[in-house]
Amino acid sequence: MSSTQSESRYSWGADEHLVVMLSEAMSLQANFLAMAMANDLEAQNIEGFVDICPSNASLLVRFNPDIIAPAKVESIVREAEDRLRGSKQHRLETRIFELPVWFDDPYTNETQLKFRDRHQTPDGTDLDFAASENNLADRQAFIDAYQGSPWITSMVGFVAGLPFLFQMVPQERQLQVPKYVRPRTDTPKQTIGHGGCFAAIYSVRGAGGYQMFGITPVPIFDPEQKLPDFKDFMIFFRPGDIVKFRAVDEAEYRDIEKQVEAGTYVYRQRPVTFDLEAFEADPDAYNAQLLEALYGN
Amino acid sequence: MAIEIVETGLATSVQDQGRPGYYNVGLPPSGALDLFSAAAANVLVGNDPNEAVIESTYMGPKLQFTEDTVIAVTGADIPIELNGQPVANWESIEVKSGDVLTFGILEQGARMYIAVAGGIAVPEVLGSRSLYALGAVGGFKGRTLQAGDVLPIGKGSGTPGRVLPNDLRPRLSREVDVRVVMGLYDYRLTDKGLSALLDQSWQLTTVADRIGFRYSGGALDWIEREQPFGAGSNPSNITDAGYPVGSIQVPGGIEPIILHRDAVSGGGYAMVATVISADMDVVAQCSPGTQTRFRPVSLEDALEARAVANERRKRLLSL
Repeated sequence: MSSTQSESRYSWGADEHLVVMLSEAMSLQANFLAMAMANDLEAQNIEGFVDICPSNASLLVRFNPDIIAPAKVESIVREAEDRLRGSKQHRLETRIFELPVWFDDPYTNETQLKFRDRHQTPDGTDLDFAASENNLADRQAFIDAYQGSPWITSMVGFVAGLPFLFQMVPQERQLQVPKYVRPRTDTPKQTIGHGGCFAAIYSVRGAGGYQMFGITPVPIFDPEQKLPDFKDFMIFFRPGDIVKFRAVDEAEYRDIEKQVEAGTYVYRQRPVTFDLEAFEADPDAYNAQLLEALYGN
Repeated sequence: MAIEIVETGLATSVQDQGRPGYYNVGLPPSGALDLFSAAAANVLVGNDPNEAVIESTYMGPKLQFTEDTVIAVTGADIPIELNGQPVANWESIEVKSGDVLTFGILEQGARMYIAVAGGIAVPEVLGSRSLYALGAVGGFKGRTLQAGDVLPIGKGSGTPGRVLPNDLRPRLSREVDVRVVMGLYDYRLTDKGLSALLDQSWQLTTVADRIGFRYSGGALDWIEREQPFGAGSNPSNITDAGYPVGSIQVPGGIEPIILHRDAVSGGGYAMVATVISADMDVVAQCSPGTQTRFRPVSLEDALEARAVANERRKRLLSL
């Protein structure tokens, strides 16, 4: 990970925050380092550290300077960075799960129509625009690429429980789509959105500027904690989670919707160890292994 | 023991001193925007400073009490009346069952805090009673208050007639200096952009809520560059990153936004400075139109200001 070393910047967010910019650009390496540092600092259980927030290519630490001096915070974080950058072990204990998605669904399509004047293609659709931006034949080719390879949760935030997802493919295969020209004032809950190189899942209904490709019937944020997967915590996604989208048709969407309603839906998920070197050596083969872990016995 | 909300006022919610520890999954700290005024209201009625209070913005609610108790109203300068008779702010007041508290027209400041002996006893969610409205978490049923709501009150016993000394009350003004520590992505601004931020007075717009405060006044120049992979196309864009609470971002180079205690936890706009913790309460009491100057200070200055604020809080707690 030495390639990003020279870019690392430490900066104070006034007296309660330390921000570490590991890289200006998004990369799996930078994100992996951010998550590794967050996990390491979390495990150290340091008194005075209030929030440890890994994001795409940076790390934010919120601390209480009445308990721990800022200089001490900085030295602890720098020590973790140095140690982890030098480490040969680039493994992350995480999990992989499946998220059913109804692509090209009537809910997000209706919302698209309401805000068409804010889009690059007032007469087109978000999926067609995304396909053309990525030189793909049509919307089905785009959906195939979208659900073909898994995505890693590079950050959780913006609003409660909203995951930013980065597809686990070489950079030249990353799907990139600009955000809306002007943001919408509405987005359906559980919309699969995309801006730049990131997918996002809208955990709550609200404003948004990401392109809209589909919707999942499965909650990712459940403040009332009704579903079994939310028994311990109201937010499902954690940084480092690996997600496989699976396209479903209307019939299956309705069926899952019923299970959610009945409180019986459970995520298909498996624990996995993500090994960055093994992934980089052969991404497609490695992803096939991950999916084998998810769908095999 | 309860309070009935007869009229809601504006953006009225239940808040305590906040819900730290969940920012990494997008749950902001929340809590009273003006933490000191909320703590002061509690202390006046004999509560722990962390008890939940009612926060209102610009317009106060109309409340009816169903039992005898003690209350205090702090925060913004606004006349208050009990059953139509003027009563004092920053002072604990005895109320009888059936009494009605009403608010007049806001004179200065922005946010009022109403504490009741025993505290507002809505359930704790993740260790706090504060409402985070975007996530429908905490507060009363996960939302702002509505007419007809009946808020449960905890057990408490306050003493009427306790007054907060004048020198402990916030100084409210339509012209404020807000101290900031520069940094984060400020290196992306040109010298001209940097002086535009610091050398002029910014006017608070009507977009000033628990999430953020937006200012108008001019445009900031950014250094042109080829945008890194993952960042958006505008020079004010960055690869989406965590936002410190109090950080100032400038989408598109116009209208700086200070994120407050219900902050969006991250996003793709470059932040150029962060409001020091001691001045977050000052921002909380600004109403639209307030002329605001961002005054750069060092981290050491920020820590000194924090020590002064801590000393003030200590004096409050020893009352």
